[in-house]
Amino acid sequence: MNRGAETKEQTAQRFVARSVFVLVFFVLIAASLLARAVHLQVLNKDFLNRQADTRHLRTEKITAHRGSITDRNGEPLAISTPVDSVWINPGELATAVDRVGQLAKVLQLDPEALKRKITRSMDKEFVYLKRHLGPDQAHRVMALKLPGVNVQREYRRYYPSGEVTGHLVGFTNIDDRGQEGLELEFNHWLSGESGAKRVLKDRLGRSVEDVESIRPSRPGQDLRTSIDLRLQYLAYRTLKAAIQRFKADSGSIVMLDVRTGEVLAMVNQPTYNPNDRAQYSAERYRNRAITDIFEPGSSIKPLVVAAALESGDYQPDSMVDTTPGYVIVGPKKIKDSHNLGRISLTTILARSSNVGMTRVAMSLEPEQLWTTMSRFGLGSLTASGFPGESAGLLTHHSHWRPVSQATLSYGYGVSVTPLQLAQAYAVLGSDGIIRPVSLVALDQVSEGERILQPETARAVRRMLEEAVRPGGTGTKASVAGYRIAGKTGTAWKSAVGGYSEDKYFSIFAGLAPASDPRLVAVVVIDEPKGDLYYGSDVAAPVFADVMSESLRLLAVPPDALPANDPLDQMQAMSQ
Amino acid sequence: MRLSDTQWLIDGRGTGSGGLSGVFRRLNLDAPLLGGLLLICGFGLFVLYSAVSEDIDLWLQQVVRLGVAVVVMLVVAQFPPDLMRRWTPWAFLFGLGLLSLVLILGEVGQGAQRWLDVGIRFQPSEIMKLAVPMMAAWYLHDRQLPPTAGQLLIIAILIAVPSYMIAVQPDLGTSLLIAASGVIVIVLAGMSIRLMLSLLVLSVPGALVLWQFMQDYQRQRVMTLLNPDSDPLGAGYNIIQSKIAIGSGGLFGKGWTNGSQAQLEFLPERNTDFIFAVMGEELGLLGVLSLLVLYVFVVGRGLYIATQAPDSFSRLLAGSISLTFFVYVFVNIAMVTGLVPVVGIPLPLVSFGGTSMVTLMAGFGILMSIHSHRKLLPH
Repeated sequence: MNRGAETKEQTAQRFVARSVFVLVFFVLIAASLLARAVHLQVLNKDFLNRQADTRHLRTEKITAHRGSITDRNGEPLAISTPVDSVWINPGELATAVDRVGQLAKVLQLDPEALKRKITRSMDKEFVYLKRHLGPDQAHRVMALKLPGVNVQREYRRYYPSGEVTGHLVGFTNIDDRGQEGLELEFNHWLSGESGAKRVLKDRLGRSVEDVESIRPSRPGQDLRTSIDLRLQYLAYRTLKAAIQRFKADSGSIVMLDVRTGEVLAMVNQPTYNPNDRAQYSAERYRNRAITDIFEPGSSIKPLVVAAALESGDYQPDSMVDTTPGYVIVGPKKIKDSHNLGRISLTTILARSSNVGMTRVAMSLEPEQLWTTMSRFGLGSLTASGFPGESAGLLTHHSHWRPVSQATLSYGYGVSVTPLQLAQAYAVLGSDGIIRPVSLVALDQVSEGERILQPETARAVRRMLEEAVRPGGTGTKASVAGYRIAGKTGTAWKSAVGGYSEDKYFSIFAGLAPASDPRLVAVVVIDEPKGDLYYGSDVAAPVFADVMSESLRLLAVPPDALPANDPLDQMQAMSQ
Repeated sequence: MRLSDTQWLIDGRGTGSGGLSGVFRRLNLDAPLLGGLLLICGFGLFVLYSAVSEDIDLWLQQVVRLGVAVVVMLVVAQFPPDLMRRWTPWAFLFGLGLLSLVLILGEVGQGAQRWLDVGIRFQPSEIMKLAVPMMAAWYLHDRQLPPTAGQLLIIAILIAVPSYMIAVQPDLGTSLLIAASGVIVIVLAGMSIRLMLSLLVLSVPGALVLWQFMQDYQRQRVMTLLNPDSDPLGAGYNIIQSKIAIGSGGLFGKGWTNGSQAQLEFLPERNTDFIFAVMGEELGLLGVLSLLVLYVFVVGRGLYIATQAPDSFSRLLAGSISLTFFVYVFVNIAMVTGLVPVVGIPLPLVSFGGTSMVTLMAGFGILMSIHSHRKLLPH
């Protein structure tokens, strides 16, 4: 080291030398910074650019709006409203664990339970915290600006008419997929197609900006059902009251438009509210009018009579001897309540004589009887397409024994759904033409297929009018101002090893107005437990209630005005 | 080209007398230095506007702070270097006293005891940023240079005591920078190269001792630097995000206020310590280069002023202030680009924040004073 004394001049020069040395040193450092910048910004640019993109560019699903379901007049039965679902990335949220309490408060969750949930699912990246929140609540969640907390737009299904249309419309699951009913049957039609878009996301996963649309979402289409909500509600109310009054297990009402085959009303008890399903058992979800079968009992008789008329061997006034009030076929003794003597075909139907029906059926060719029954739609699925529909049971005639032919004539050994029975009665109302039933409102009415001579259908209808007039079994089904054609049925429920002696289906099926039928309705009450159980006492009044109101609501002109009607008198005076 | 040919360029005195240069003269200002500083500040405000997400209120706060800092610089520039030299020991003792107070009753902020509340909250370590190099220069100013070993030891103690008091606050980053500002004085005073090299060798065991002194978070920062990907969501997060931001900027950047890393909040501390990454992303290599050129110009001008200084106190002090400024720049940029561990050092004159800017400008005020008083004193 040079320790000699220096002049001030030397000191200053030494300082300059030092400064140059130091300056060079620092310029080198500056160059190293620049080199680093070049390294990052030129050499590694592409790699780091991709890294940046993977951090904030995301492909996001655009949830498609599910189409709504309406009744035939546009009244909503199922609608989708936008809701938000909160999901978390537990790993990210854990970095702000001290603020989890705020989140729990907004979501109304237990803070401790929420913390446990976060700890438990640390290995996952996507966990739903709470789904289907209102936009307001979701907004408050996002206002917390917590890391790893995200909101996803979804649609929630609401069913404005609740249990009134519950069975028919069905419901979707939380992922907006149809699970039951029309929601399931028309899931594809209603669903639409979700789209995708590229979005800019910030560090907390919030979408900041849409960058581009990859694929637009296609909203689902609306479904206009054939249901008339007014008639539906009417049927619902009436059936519910009847089930309570007769302490019955269950029941169904189906109403069809005779001219089109459209289902105007379809209700069952017990039912459920699709908006709040947690409390109900799956057993309540069944749309019994379509999925459940029963033996129709006497309500099948008009169909057998139609077959008899079609055979050409019988006329409505053909006489049949029912003495002595019973008939023995094979091992079975078939009885009437009392000896009706020699009566016409019309009376057999009106008084619901099992003996008379047996005699008529036994005289028919099995093949012809089976063909007619089959053409009425018995034993095959309707065109409804409803999930879980039952085809009923109609054994092929080649397997028939004489006794099967006999019991068929009064409705045993054959099974139908309420919808099938309504469809068969609609044929009688449309002068012999069968049209596929439809749960969807039709723009164009099907031509249908003729399965009966028009005269046959009209004749059976006239005979069924007698069944509702005084002297028939269905008097309680009559409606003031209208001609009603209908048939009662009381069927023992089948039980293990035969038939139960005290459990019944109480049935009524009928058409109105009989002169030019517009509506067909089937009422089935399962196991009424009061003193009354006959179809004539239980199902017939229900039919009358529903039918009279429905005719009035649809403004169907009356076809049976009493002679002393003031309107008639006015018309008479004016002439 | 001889130095004198370019004299006007770096000297700031026009060929003519009076006029604008006369005004600078009277205000004891150095025009090139002032111009360089104002360019950095303007550039900084431009970047900051984007970094605070165009929050005009925050931005105006910074403009006000900048104004205050410039006023402080103007005031400091009016004190002649002689006066400063005489005040130096008192300022140093005053600073030591405040540091003791901080250790006894300072406020705890963000896990460290750095603040003192005397009407306004400030960090006494800021005083030491100037007081330590001043003290070192003061001690050496009337001694034969280069200093003897004994003198070096005394200076080492003068530097070590405040550095240690700041290190235990704990504020290791500031402590190291203050120590560096003192060491620069020694180096400029003419410590032999051989001694420097041997100290460099000794720094290896010294680093191990330092490791013992480090807090857990500081050790983690060093470990993170060596391998940032080891904990990409935790300690390495800042460096990774910052490197991505700078690198994805490319040559010309993504455009002002358009940096995705910065604006989408991936970049941490983007208006304070990591503001360089915002600039790198949005303005690209071009922006980085411009800022570096400005910084190098200011440091170079500072060193030139040092060489022109009339006495060794002024010379050593001016050299130390200029080079310490560059150390700040280097440490911040090296940290943000992932060359050195994360230490909380803001980018001088650009980062959001007041205290450090006032200290820096006071330092430049001293430089101005030294420059403008050089001709008034005889050689």
